[in-house]
Amino acid sequence: MDKTQMLVALSAGLFALGLLGVIVRRNVLVMLMCMELMLNGVNVLLVTFAQQSHSTVGAVLVFLVFVVAAAEIAIAIPIVLLLARRKRTLDIDAYVDLKG
Amino acid sequence: MIETLLLWLFAGTALLAAAAMLVLRHPMRVALALVVTMLALAGVYALLGVHVIAVFQVLIYVGAVMVFMVYVIMLLDVRDRSYSGKFSRLLVPGIVGFLLLLAVLAHALWQDLPAPSGAAGETAFGVQQFSVAFLNEYWLHFELISVLLVVAVVAALAVIKVGRRDHG
Repeated sequence: MDKTQMLVALSAGLFALGLLGVIVRRNVLVMLMCMELMLNGVNVLLVTFAQQSHSTVGAVLVFLVFVVAAAEIAIAIPIVLLLARRKRTLDIDAYVDLKG
Repeated sequence: MIETLLLWLFAGTALLAAAAMLVLRHPMRVALALVVTMLALAGVYALLGVHVIAVFQVLIYVGAVMVFMVYVIMLLDVRDRSYSGKFSRLLVPGIVGFLLLLAVLAHALWQDLPAPSGAAGETAFGVQQFSVAFLNEYWLHFELISVLLVVAVVAALAVIKVGRRDHG
């Protein structure tokens, strides 16, 4: 297995683990962190192929992903805080009345 | 040789810490496992020669996002129902979907990887090249991303204020 294959496998593994975490865990904060893990998995792929093709586009795109992730956390954390204050729990099953 | 070894070491550390995120019970330990994953990924980026991204990974992700997350975990009482039973009832379908996704990704990605173009080792990712390309060609994206950040901050303030009004 050469370097590129290993990095692609690492990226796929990180993304799949993050998705599994979002599905199976009950804690809202842990689910948020698993979403961050999925973003990181995608970033590995972007960096790998950007480094191979010697293009700065990939690096710029990864930087934009960083900033979008920071904005996402900045808006997700207050929502979680509000939900936790209202329901007095972080359990995802308690938020079932959010279903549309 | 030593670089290949370090690359495998960092990649293995990242995967192990990511797997540990799924089985650890306390959210603080999950956050620390995620920090370990991100630091290992920063090591991978540095070994690939993309030093700018490695520095940003440590600064933005570990330094800002995860510190924020750790503060919130300290603010909230985490020993509730999701602490005693950490897995939801979607555990078995989730694992089945996980294995299916892994199979599909492995099948799709390993059929024909493009051969690397250009010689290995030489990189175009110094701070200077990155900054010049960023601010010359992608200045519009830069401005848009700053607008996005301002919008996120305003939205966060609005969310918190709405909550205060409801609870007096």
